[in-house]
Amino acid sequence: MTGADPRRVDPDVDLRVPGDRGELRARPTAVLGVIAAGGVLGALARAGLQTAFPHRPTGFPWATFAVNVTGCLLIGALMAVVAAGRTRPLTRPFLGVGVLGGFTTFSTYAVDVRLAVAAGAAGTALAYLVATLVGALVAGWLGDAAAGRFLRRRAALAAPATVGGGRPGAGGSRAAGGPAPTGRADEDREAR
Amino acid sequence: MTVLLIALGAAVGAPLRYLTDRAVQSRHGSSFPWGTLTVNVLGSLLLGALVAAPVGPDVAALLGTGFCGALTTYSTFGYETLRLARDKSPWTALANALTSVAAGLAAASLGYAVTRALSG
Repeated sequence: MTGADPRRVDPDVDLRVPGDRGELRARPTAVLGVIAAGGVLGALARAGLQTAFPHRPTGFPWATFAVNVTGCLLIGALMAVVAAGRTRPLTRPFLGVGVLGGFTTFSTYAVDVRLAVAAGAAGTALAYLVATLVGALVAGWLGDAAAGRFLRRRAALAAPATVGGGRPGAGGSRAAGGPAPTGRADEDREAR
Repeated sequence: MTVLLIALGAAVGAPLRYLTDRAVQSRHGSSFPWGTLTVNVLGSLLLGALVAAPVGPDVAALLGTGFCGALTTYSTFGYETLRLARDKSPWTALANALTSVAAGLAAASLGYAVTRALSG
């Protein structure tokens, strides 16, 4: 969770984030339109995977498991990029609310657990229940960490070119050493 | 045909999640994600009812795969749980995870049971 907006909890819409608060009133058709379009793309991708990899009621729902874990990996990465302020206003509604929200599903997860229990496969149901939850959280954390590292590395590479053209050594070391302590300080402050 | 029905259901479900989330979150000041919990529980209730109902593949594609699938979300739920763990406390995150899973399962079971009872 590096560098993300300290106020944001909900990636769909968090009313404590000023941009989220005003976006629907500013352009309702565009916001709802890209969410609907993204939702269609995400849902069709999910349906395609579920059709390609079907499971019996007593079996492990691998397709939905993979969809939900992958979706969490991607939202972690997406929100790190969004928080870095490198995206356009409709990027989060389209990719986060629409595509990833439509791709992942909580209802199928809950119903498949229920159906597996009803079919007499309580062990599979419990394994699926826990594996999805743990997998989703680990994946979300990994996506955020990987995107955060990528963004910092790119910023560090860009810094010497703009700062110290004649003295790459001094500029480079400052650029490489500069952002890291700040980031740690931010994290410490937020953790308290 | 199935593809169109899934698309139609998702085109309604995803914006409805956003609007429901906004409406629920505007009614309280806490950072606990009640909005996401609401859509996930409602979607699980409806899908639970749907799988027990004698509906054809078209209705299942439209309302189940499309609408319920897009109305509910695991990515938002997962991200919120991570943010709560970092910004609030591990206990708030755990409360969100356990409440969501327990309420989602209860809703799916309730929907299933009610449809079974009604359809005899």
